[in-house]
Amino acid sequence: MSNQSTNSTGQVHHLRRMTVAWVILSVIGDVLFSIFVAPHVPPGRLTETAAKDQTDFNVLFEMAIPVLFGVWIYLGYSLVVWGDKRNKDAAFSGDAARHNTTTIVSWMAVTTVTVLFLAGFGTYALVVDHGSGGGQGPNPAFAPSGALKAETAALVGKATWAPGSKNVLPVQVIGQQWKFTYRYPTFGGFESSQLVLPADTTIAFNVTSLDVIHSFWAYQLGVKADANPQVNDVAFTTTKDPGNFIVRCSELCGIWHGAMYDSGQVESQSSFETWATTTEAANAANTALLPAFAWTYVPSANGAGGGYYPNTQDPFSKVEVYGSGTKSAA
Amino acid sequence: MTISDERSTEVSGPVSGHPHEARRLSWTQRPGLLSQNIITAIVFAIIGYTIGHWFGNYLASGYSYIANSGQNSIADTLALAFGVVGWLGGIGALNYPFAKLFGVDGLEEESPVDNWTKYFRYTLDHKVVGLQYVVGVLLFMFTGGLLAMAIRTELLNPTTHVFSPDTYIKIVSEHGTVMMMMATSIIVGPLGNYFVPLMIGSRRMAFPRIEALSFWIFTAGYMVIFSALPYGGFPTGWTGYAPLQTQSGPGMVSYLLGFAVIGTGMILAGFNQAVTIINYRAPGMTWGRVPVFVWSILATASLLTLATPVLFAGGLFGLLDKTVQTAFYVDEHGGSSYLWQNLFWFFGHPEVYIMALPGFGIAGELLPVFCRRPLFAYKVSSAGMIGVALLSFFVWQHHLFQSGINPDMRPLFMLTTELISIPTGFIYLVGLGTLYRAKIRFEIPMLFVLALFFNFLIGGVTGVFLSDVPVNVTVHGGFFVLSHFHYTIMGGLLFAFMAGIYYWMPKMTGKMMNKKIGKWHFWLMFVFFNLTFFPMFIIGLLGQPRRVFTYATNLQGLNDFSSVSAFILGFSFLVFFFNLVYSLWLKPEVAPANPWESLGLEWQTATPIPSYNFERIPVIMTDPYRYSEDGAPAYADLGTSGAPDTTTPTMA
Ligand code: HEM
Ligand SMILES: [Cu+2]
Ligand SMILES: [Cu+2]
Repeated sequence: MSNQSTNSTGQVHHLRRMTVAWVILSVIGDVLFSIFVAPHVPPGRLTETAAKDQTDFNVLFEMAIPVLFGVWIYLGYSLVVWGDKRNKDAAFSGDAARHNTTTIVSWMAVTTVTVLFLAGFGTYALVVDHGSGGGQGPNPAFAPSGALKAETAALVGKATWAPGSKNVLPVQVIGQQWKFTYRYPTFGGFESSQLVLPADTTIAFNVTSLDVIHSFWAYQLGVKADANPQVNDVAFTTTKDPGNFIVRCSELCGIWHGAMYDSGQVESQSSFETWATTTEAANAANTALLPAFAWTYVPSANGAGGGYYPNTQDPFSKVEVYGSGTKSAA
Repeated sequence: MTISDERSTEVSGPVSGHPHEARRLSWTQRPGLLSQNIITAIVFAIIGYTIGHWFGNYLASGYSYIANSGQNSIADTLALAFGVVGWLGGIGALNYPFAKLFGVDGLEEESPVDNWTKYFRYTLDHKVVGLQYVVGVLLFMFTGGLLAMAIRTELLNPTTHVFSPDTYIKIVSEHGTVMMMMATSIIVGPLGNYFVPLMIGSRRMAFPRIEALSFWIFTAGYMVIFSALPYGGFPTGWTGYAPLQTQSGPGMVSYLLGFAVIGTGMILAGFNQAVTIINYRAPGMTWGRVPVFVWSILATASLLTLATPVLFAGGLFGLLDKTVQTAFYVDEHGGSSYLWQNLFWFFGHPEVYIMALPGFGIAGELLPVFCRRPLFAYKVSSAGMIGVALLSFFVWQHHLFQSGINPDMRPLFMLTTELISIPTGFIYLVGLGTLYRAKIRFEIPMLFVLALFFNFLIGGVTGVFLSDVPVNVTVHGGFFVLSHFHYTIMGGLLFAFMAGIYYWMPKMTGKMMNKKIGKWHFWLMFVFFNLTFFPMFIIGLLGQPRRVFTYATNLQGLNDFSSVSAFILGFSFLVFFFNLVYSLWLKPEVAPANPWESLGLEWQTATPIPSYNFERIPVIMTDPYRYSEDGAPAYADLGTSGAPDTTTPTMA
């Protein structure tokens, strides 16, 4: 109590030192991060979606650095300066030490503003980037324009995508223990174990499963959507240049979950077109034996050999209200 | 003080000796092998198991779906369920209810023989139950830890495998389930049961029988969850997602029933703690004078009572699907695998705060003691814990951002999740504020508390990354999440548990934990915890999903680094166990009555603590934590002349 004045000057002293160290280190940390780390942060920039997810991560990280440094500097400073060995006769007033309205209110204000900013920023990114490559269920709220049209056409085997068309290309991803296969409804609904995508195109992945829950994670595309049986989980991405990417299952699906991975390619629009039409022709005989293309497939209760029947007829198929709430022609 | 008048009515009641002493002993109470103790429990459990199994086969083996599959889940379920009932009956948990039911007298479960055998019996003293829990959770932790070592061994090499994929996934699943259930109880069970009554100046818990029951159910649940291994394991991870759950073999029954059993124990424990804290506080202990550790247990208890019933129901539905062919989670028959995800996480997110709040409580409780100054912003800290507890019911779908459930609501769940950082931030405000101009004593418990603040910061900040939906696309389902929750649970809760053990061991056993070994333990655990788990953030960002036995070859360096660190981290636990053995049995050092010069009420009674805790019910005179305050009154008036010195310890 008697040394009130040294208390208050001491206080200013400590906080000022810490603030200076904090500002300097945070600026250095942020600058170093943006130059050396940020450009390499996963998932990279193969697609628009991936690039935006990367930017988001980097923004969060640049905000995290001052938070981390703030606490670390404070902790480090206190441990060095206020250890009891160095500090035998420090005096503080118990009552003053237990409460300080300014500190409390400003702490709450700063954390609240930060958190609200983050939530707003995340929401904005999610909306403008059409769901940021995440699975949006059968009725995506943040669909890019033209997606509904392309999906509706795909259901009856019509193609809206062609090289140079800028239209959306629907691709179906079917998970099963323990592999992914892909169907291309705009190319006669052939099924392939290869995932090939055209460059500069918005892709609508329609992800579903034949058995347990899987998760379709196309790492460099910035896409992840759970594959649920009887659910059409839609995720969008917009490819840019050609390149390779990895696909891994990221939801535990049983014994061989760890081995459920493959890779895919983004190719130029013309070579994609060539690949798709060639495969369509080569697979035609097999495609005829497949169930008709549908958003989901139900394991047949009595189909011999574990056949599957399509549920295009299902009156509750959620795809009927896909995108806009209007019925599509099925 | 006016409240002192109240006390005269409180002091009566037996202080020594046992109320039933005079009566002739029934067999349940006799000392020695003939009475009810853990051996009768084991025998009864085996008998129950056998009867249940026989009964299940008798009932159902003729059903065609069972005859065709060669797996009778009904028999497995009944066997385990009857086994649990046998265990509880064998230990004596059912004596009292049955005695009351049939009007028989003299079947009380507590043995009047006060010797070491009470630790192996159905004992109602909260201090015995607390110590039983210490041993129980350590056993749990040790087995879960061995499984963790197995996981890191397999991940040493992406192409050479130690285990088959089948064995590996079952090890991972068992590890996760065991650890989560252990972590749920690790502080509430041992330290909550032991110290809450002492810290609120009570002679007992509100429901001593329920308290003992919660412990013995906990042990039964532990064994049920472990029975998964002899049953062939389960491949679903601790999250148990359907339809994989529906597809799996008998090990899944152990998982589902194990949750239901342990869940029952959690509900009982939470309920008992809440009632005790609300109703058994000593006179003068207004809500503004309750120690923060007690606040944290109250917040946790409310989560335990309100969230766990959902887990219980979820597990039961799964069991019904497996046994009597209901279809709660079977899509083809009108059920939904989403239902399990929703139920599981509706419980699961409050659960993660069940595994965080008690740690905050210990941090808040210990900081003033080792900073020699009052807790900064006491009210903010209790508000933070209540706020976290409330908000934790509104965020569960952040685990399902990519699942396709309710996708339009993702912005909402992103917001609620990030809002939790605000009350969590309160805890940091309180912690950092308390360090300000303190006189920090670097004792072992304090080191663990400081480490908690370091680790949990990383856990919390990465939680904000996860809650950002665009970033979640990359980090969900991978090693990033894995690292995030190890930083919060292991880096937070487990470090807090260690702080609590080092801090309160002198009170519980009258012996000091060795400081030198403690230092080794702390530094090994702290450094290698970070070296084990920090690389996992990078591994996750670089694309490694969770629960895989193989990974990209370019990640081997990081994985090996993490594995080797994990082995040393595992070793640090052996150092801890060694310290326990060394300090308690090999070279015991008698602890001073109040080794940390704490003002806490629990340090004001005698050591060893009399069975009724306080000779007279203390009267609380002022706020807790008035360290180094000139002229501060003593926290409590213990009403005895012979009580330990309760004046503020002078600054050394
Ligand atoms: C500021 C605080 C926190 C935030 C913002 C946060 C956020 C999140 C989010 C968004 C996820 C889902 C990640 C995903 O699967 O995509 C998650 C997972 C998880 N969190 Fe937290 N969290 C926080 C604190 C905690 C705490 C305190 C604990 C436990 C003590 C915890 C334990 C977990 C666990 C166990 C999981 C993963 C469960 C699993 O998938 O198996 N978190 N967290
Ligand atoms: Cu899979
Ligand atoms: Cu959560």
